[in-house]
Amino acid sequence: MGKSRVLVVLVENKPGVLNRVASLFRRRGYNIESLTVGHTETTELSRMTIVVNVAKTSADQVEQNLYKLVNVLKVDDVTENAAVTRDLALVKVQVAPETRSDIMQIVNIFRAKVVDIAPDSMIVEVTGSEAKVDSMVELLRPIGILELVRTGLVAMERGVGSLGRVNQSGNNGHRSVPV
Amino acid sequence: MTKLTGAQIIWESLLREGVQVVFGYPGGAIISTYDALPDYPIRHILTRHEQGAAHAADGYARASGKVGVAMATSGPGSTNLTTGIATAMIDSSPVVFITGQVSTTAIGTDAFQETDTTGITLPITKHNYLVTDVKDLAHTIHEAFYIAGSGRPGPVLIDVPKDVQNGTTEFNYPVGPVQLPGYHPRNQQLAHDLQTAIELIDGAERPLILAGQGVIKSGAGAELLAFAERTGTPVTVTMLGMGGFPAQHPLFLGMMGMHGEACANQAIQQADLLLAFGMRFDDRVTGDIDTYALGAKKVHIDLDPAELNKVIPVDVAIAGDLKSVLGQIIPRVAPREHKPWLAQIDAIRQDSKERDILTHDLKNVLVGQYVVRKLWEVTGGEAVVVTDVGQHQMWAVQYYKYNKPHSLISSGGMGTMGFGLPAGVGTKVARPEDEVWVIAGDGGFQMTMPELGTVAQERLNLKIAIINNGYLGMVRQWQEMFYDRRYSATPILSPDFTKIAEAYGIKAFVVKNPEDVVPTIEAARQHEGPVLIDFRVEKEENVFPMVPAGAKLDEMLRREKA
Ligand SMILES: Cc1ncc(C[n+]2csc(CCOP(=O)(O)OP(=O)(O)O)c2C)c(N)n1
Repeated sequence: MGKSRVLVVLVENKPGVLNRVASLFRRRGYNIESLTVGHTETTELSRMTIVVNVAKTSADQVEQNLYKLVNVLKVDDVTENAAVTRDLALVKVQVAPETRSDIMQIVNIFRAKVVDIAPDSMIVEVTGSEAKVDSMVELLRPIGILELVRTGLVAMERGVGSLGRVNQSGNNGHRSVPV
Repeated sequence: MTKLTGAQIIWESLLREGVQVVFGYPGGAIISTYDALPDYPIRHILTRHEQGAAHAADGYARASGKVGVAMATSGPGSTNLTTGIATAMIDSSPVVFITGQVSTTAIGTDAFQETDTTGITLPITKHNYLVTDVKDLAHTIHEAFYIAGSGRPGPVLIDVPKDVQNGTTEFNYPVGPVQLPGYHPRNQQLAHDLQTAIELIDGAERPLILAGQGVIKSGAGAELLAFAERTGTPVTVTMLGMGGFPAQHPLFLGMMGMHGEACANQAIQQADLLLAFGMRFDDRVTGDIDTYALGAKKVHIDLDPAELNKVIPVDVAIAGDLKSVLGQIIPRVAPREHKPWLAQIDAIRQDSKERDILTHDLKNVLVGQYVVRKLWEVTGGEAVVVTDVGQHQMWAVQYYKYNKPHSLISSGGMGTMGFGLPAGVGTKVARPEDEVWVIAGDGGFQMTMPELGTVAQERLNLKIAIINNGYLGMVRQWQEMFYDRRYSATPILSPDFTKIAEAYGIKAFVVKNPEDVVPTIEAARQHEGPVLIDFRVEKEENVFPMVPAGAKLDEMLRREKA
């Protein structure tokens, strides 16, 4: 059993690229735990954060196989790097008069936000590391979770370096990609 | 500037890529492109099935080293290509596929003959495109040829909707190198990796080279020879590596793997250093990986970094073009001889000779091995051999000697039955001056037998040898060895192949006795034009040695000594 690794992948913003990446993971049997994709500072590029459950050696394989996709520009395994990682969850909890203050206490401790209130339920928004979101969810569970959605992880390395800026020349740290 | 239609742009672009031949099959969604074809000096070869077009373009690419081109219509045309695309993909063969598609306005409506061609072919192409604007057509074709032929080669598919073929735009073919932000087929070895490899080579007592198709793709034959001779290192090859090293060289051990030479497989297990050059440790060459070459340090050089440490963890992994890496290593390694090691291997080789079926009494029995060996003798080893898949394929590898690159054309990674005849068509078209022999089994031949029509229509001087054993022989062999001889669904009836051939106007012979083999091959060679020979061979002959699937590489089933 491997562990979770966090890959940040910069891709060309073209139709079908998400399909190519997803297809690669499916075909090679790499288990995706979460995958997020969105715009970047450059319109031609999109950025994916992929959490994949593999051993370190296979993480290299994942990386090299991603590089074989013509639309992939840069892959960074940030698992062991200093990186900010964030997950966002919306949790709809069942509310009864006797549980309302417990819920509010949990919300405050986790610096979460109540974003919707109805007579018998409320929606709580929490952002943070996966571990933080996990533990809040676990505390809310006994009270009664009606619905839960998480975005999956996004990640960014700390410091001045930027994934987008280094790759265009194909030099700065961009691994050679003879596909 | 005059505007061209998308259809014209396709042919103009192919001309600029140096394309002389396209293999294909027309249909509604590609008819506009076919309509423009007669205005261009490009030879079109109509196959009898799109699978045939794909294999022919693949065979053309393998035989010539150039990019092959195949064309088909949408829907069933493109799905019929897929076996050929997957075959080209796994064997790294550069082919550009151009398919028609329903109009952009109809895409997604389940229109007549609409299929998601780019979706279907996504995992079996190196890259693919759906062109939705005629303005993108020329540069897409330019990119496709570049991607197909550069780096680790592979198939690229371009899906062109009908309205894009009919649309018009100014034609400016891009010149100069293609710039793609995510594709950099260059190589980069780290100096310390090279140094470690050199130290391992200099320190080895029992080194062995495992040479794959990378040797041929990289054009590294001369470097491989120089390296092997300088370091006194014996060479074994994968099936697709055949021809990368002269087969009659004293350092040559033959093929490794499931049906490899015993001396090669034993040497792998006894070596203290394996030098894997442009190969990928397919399960057909490793056998059980947990017991594979446990005593050996391993150096792996391959152009594709994703092949390094994929199956077999290695001590030194070098991502790079073999020709250039070997060029850097050769002057830095010490000359060696390794006499005891070679003597150890030679003892196994002697034992194998005594087990060889050709040392048995074969006066009254005709076997496939004998046919191939005689073919080698009669052609002086100068023919290009194109095989189908099965027992005859293994005999074609074991009993013909390949001294030059591109002289054996065979489906390796996919093991695609039906590959032989259409790939033979492509090979003969690519190399009209060379003698080309297709060797096929009676089963696989029937899968793409209609391509005899292509041979006849194109008047190709192609020679075809059917090793006819009345069975799906390779599967029957497994049933005999591992399934208690229950020959379930392997006896196969064949038509009289000579009558089929003659119906196409192709000269044909039947051979039932060993003494007729050589005269018939000679007669076939005398005849200016296609010939089919139906060799009626022993029905239950087997391929030896054999490493049962998943067994240790040196636990081979062997033939008894005569
Ligand atoms: C398209 C395809 N279907 C099935 C197989 C499985 N298969 C491998 S070898 C073989 C038997 C081939 O029989 P034949 O063509 O008569 O050749 P022989 O082994 O007798 O030389 C089969 C069925 C395959 N490789 N390809």
